Amino acid sequence: MTTYAAGGHRTAFVDNDTKPNGHGRMLRKEDPRFVRGRGRYVDDLQLPGMLHLAILRSPFAHARVVSVDTTLAEAHPKVRLVVTGAMLAEKGLAWMPTLSNDVQAVLATDKVRFQGQEVAFVVAEDRYAARDALELIDVEYEPLDPVIDVRTALSPDAPVIRDDLEGKADNHVFDWETGDAAATEAVFARADVVVSQDIVYPRVHPAPMETCGAVADFDAVDGKLTLWSTTQAPHAHRTLYAIVAGLPEHKIRVVSPDIGGGFGNKVPIYPGYVCAIVGSLLTGKPVKWMEDRAENLISTGFARDYVMRGEIAATRDGRILAVRTHVLADHGAFNGVAAPVKYPAGFFGVFTGSYDLEAAYCEMTAVYTNKAPGGVAYACSFRITEAVYLVERIVDCLARELDMDPVELRMRNFIRPEQFPYRTRTGWVYDSGNYAPTMELAKEIAGYDALRAEQKERRARGEIMGVGVSFFTEAVGAGPRKDMDILGLGMADGCELRVHPTGKAVVRLSVQTQGQGHETTFAQIVAEELGIPPQDIEVVHGDTDQTPFGLGTYGSRSTPVSGAAAALVARKVRDKARLIASGMLEVSVADLEWEKGAFRVAGDPDASVTIQDIAMKAHGAGDLPEGVEGGLEAQICYNPENLTYPHGAYICVVDIDPGTAKVTVRRFVAVDDCGTRINPMIIEGQVHGGLTDGVGMALMEMIAFDEDGNCLSGSLMDYLIPTALEVPDWETGFTVTPSPHHPIGAKGVGESATVGSPPAIVNAVVDALSPFGIRHADMPLTPSRVWEAMRGRPTPPI
Amino acid sequence: MQVPAPFEYRRVSTVDEAVALLYRLGDTARLVAGGHSLLPMMKLRLANFEYLIDINELHDELGYVRAEPGLIRIGAMTRHRELRESAELAAAFPVFGDAERVIADPLVRNRGTLGGSLCQADPSEDLSAVCTTLDASCVIHGMDGERVVSMEDFHRGPYETAVGDAEILTEVRFPVRPRGSSAYETVERRAGDWAVVSAGAAVWLDEAGLIADARVGLAAVGPHTAGIPGIAEALRGQRPAEELWARAGDIAAEACDPVTDRRGSAAYKRHLARELTMRVLRRSVARIDAHIGGHIDGQEV
Repeated sequence: MTTYAAGGHRTAFVDNDTKPNGHGRMLRKEDPRFVRGRGRYVDDLQLPGMLHLAILRSPFAHARVVSVDTTLAEAHPKVRLVVTGAMLAEKGLAWMPTLSNDVQAVLATDKVRFQGQEVAFVVAEDRYAARDALELIDVEYEPLDPVIDVRTALSPDAPVIRDDLEGKADNHVFDWETGDAAATEAVFARADVVVSQDIVYPRVHPAPMETCGAVADFDAVDGKLTLWSTTQAPHAHRTLYAIVAGLPEHKIRVVSPDIGGGFGNKVPIYPGYVCAIVGSLLTGKPVKWMEDRAENLISTGFARDYVMRGEIAATRDGRILAVRTHVLADHGAFNGVAAPVKYPAGFFGVFTGSYDLEAAYCEMTAVYTNKAPGGVAYACSFRITEAVYLVERIVDCLARELDMDPVELRMRNFIRPEQFPYRTRTGWVYDSGNYAPTMELAKEIAGYDALRAEQKERRARGEIMGVGVSFFTEAVGAGPRKDMDILGLGMADGCELRVHPTGKAVVRLSVQTQGQGHETTFAQIVAEELGIPPQDIEVVHGDTDQTPFGLGTYGSRSTPVSGAAAALVARKVRDKARLIASGMLEVSVADLEWEKGAFRVAGDPDASVTIQDIAMKAHGAGDLPEGVEGGLEAQICYNPENLTYPHGAYICVVDIDPGTAKVTVRRFVAVDDCGTRINPMIIEGQVHGGLTDGVGMALMEMIAFDEDGNCLSGSLMDYLIPTALEVPDWETGFTVTPSPHHPIGAKGVGESATVGSPPAIVNAVVDALSPFGIRHADMPLTPSRVWEAMRGRPTPPI
Repeated sequence: MQVPAPFEYRRVSTVDEAVALLYRLGDTARLVAGGHSLLPMMKLRLANFEYLIDINELHDELGYVRAEPGLIRIGAMTRHRELRESAELAAAFPVFGDAERVIADPLVRNRGTLGGSLCQADPSEDLSAVCTTLDASCVIHGMDGERVVSMEDFHRGPYETAVGDAEILTEVRFPVRPRGSSAYETVERRAGDWAVVSAGAAVWLDEAGLIADARVGLAAVGPHTAGIPGIAEALRGQRPAEELWARAGDIAAEACDPVTDRRGSAAYKRHLARELTMRVLRRSVARIDAHIGGHIDGQEV
């Protein structure tokens, strides 16, 4: 692991534990429990009398449910409850709303619509008995023709999947467009050069180490439901349970304990959570449901699955004029996309990338297929992964067409620093950016020119080496509530800060960490504003009874939204502390100067009070200044003014074995600009993780189906995720362009590397294969698929 | 968490005890050694047995690598890690070290055994290909004593072996011949994945430097890991040369029977059978040359 600061200076990796009183590199406060195996996850929870739930799933992708016979299962001595779709229908609970205003079956009543769909559940005394009893349920299915190929889902003779929706006669979900079709057509018509390329972003899966699950505990005495669950958005889930199940919201507590990775997989509400709640309501006991690995892979939120055509128009000398794209989106059997309501395609509208264009246009059609629902997950920043992949691939195709260096082509077309805030042709307002220095730093770290020279030499020797570049701009931190909501819930976040008499503090967040290090980062944000050491600040999150309302952690939104809330709430506390300090020092507030951790009297260096002194005074004996209440605490709800727009420049070097076509990622340089950097170590960790994701998607990951709709990727032996042996020694660097509207200038970085790395790797492989006449090859670039590309026959993965 | 169906568990401490129990329980019982193939299948409920007989205590009796003149004997309970660490084995058959490097991960190698690998009879199994390459024979112990079968006869098809219901594989024997060496290479989509294709080769030269014998074993390109007799016939009596490896590669590509799956297309696997066959033959001979040329023992070639 090598880190470079702005300017390309290699920084020594020795200042790991400098205990900064504010922003800076420090070890994570939460790690002692994680590295000792002392994390407390949903599955660690053991409650007295707890029962176990298992779900029977459909073996077919599309079939009519003729009958479900539960007699034998009910007779199992350890079984307490067996529930079918018909039973849920009697209670009005067989269907639930998705996050995209569609409905999804909790348990199938009429038909099953994807392999792995929930059909019935069993509650038993232990996990083994629950699983055994599933085999005693006799379901009669009448198999129907499935719709598997997204390209034929709208053909007139395609079976209609969603005949549960009134009047539905096809598999169409929505059409969506953005940009100006006519203006774009006009630019394409007069352009010197037009390049068009079909590009598939295959279906992949976030595959968090911890699968999804819940423990539901309905207390019949006080009428309160407590749900411990693997959720990235506990408050939003609580409100939705209240709406769906008709339980009063103040009688629901959702707790998200330690979470073993989310990546968007834990944003939706899954039927299993609802089943656990129903199980507890009906048995009066706590009920635990933990899905197994196969269930997680075949039934929970997948990501991507976009079949795209990208077109780019340019002048012969390399001025990019316009980008146009058509997308066919596979949404699976239910539209379960987790994105702000007005954005059915998420933030795909940023497909114009980091370039100053004259026009842009996208049209998209989303369809149902007989596959699991989902679509927005796997650190995608609401579909920015797909958008960046499209534009960065198509720009490389243009570079090839123009016979121009891909870095040079990008540099020539970047939005210039003086153009920010920059309104794109699809209406997004990029807050700030300074792209050229970021690209230059990446080139410098990589030794780009030397790499090109080396490539030339190796090619002469018959070796296959490629260098790939990508440059991305993300739009994160959803979002301004005037534009963005999830099922009517505005995307703002609350924060509460309380400073105790001895000067220790507790900060309560509405977002929930799944590994991002919130317990450290948020303590550092408050520490920077108040001068209380991060070690003295407890971060409370993930429990709706203990934290203010907010929309949760996904789309890299924690730092841009909740981080802003934490800084502002600390400033509010500081404002009150100033009033108290003026009383303590007997001067007017105008005579006080803040120096991190203390107020001083201007011109009198000996007269000062620390924040700890002030905290004691706020709770202590004696009068406070007139009009000042006791205590030292504050609360805020932060509504972001705009999204934040981090950017980055990535360079990848690959070698391909000429005999076996196996790709090795030799080097990877990632220069990220996420504005103000709160904890550089945590940022680097996030970048390393995202880059590893990128290697997985580019080279090996894909959720595949056969023609009958059987999922071929239902285990980690079939769905490959990369190991340490597939990734190089990451080389990271950074530049800093603060966000102008964020209180501390931070932009969010959690998904940058997942967004930016796949195009860099694919561009490197395609660059390596250019002597074979290849301009594009789709992911995953497995040895077999690369070998086919080397023979001039690259094939789409679906 | 995936949970298996109910089963009874027994632990045995001698081969005779295992065989007696198997005789009594018939095909309702299954031996478990390292468990790295069987337990996942049971958790997925693809394999369901009423009885599981744990033979890990037999490691004392069956965990060994013994070098004798002209023969190396390896106990069936010898773990991957022990195979990898055996100096005798590394000296006689470098192919073992090559293969063990790519088998799964350290956790699996600490537990998995030679016997378990062979009895699982997975067509992609690396050690099966190694044993085929080295012309090993398998000692099978039953109620009436022991019998010895060749690797050709040991694997009957995918997940099917010559070991009967009341029998246990106890030892694998490898003939050692002079002026020989061996090599193994695999292509996998990711470290620890099952092979897309693997190839093992063993070559023996005569005193004149001509090929006395050569064997190639392939994994993942047919119903079981098979040797390719045509290669031995084509190579015997020839002087090692690139054209010869190419011819052997063509024979391997011709002889194998791959299918298209998520690991790769049949055409690609056939290509790999050729490419890897050439590589392992080339490497085997380079190793003999290095040895005869007086290079330091154990040096990586």
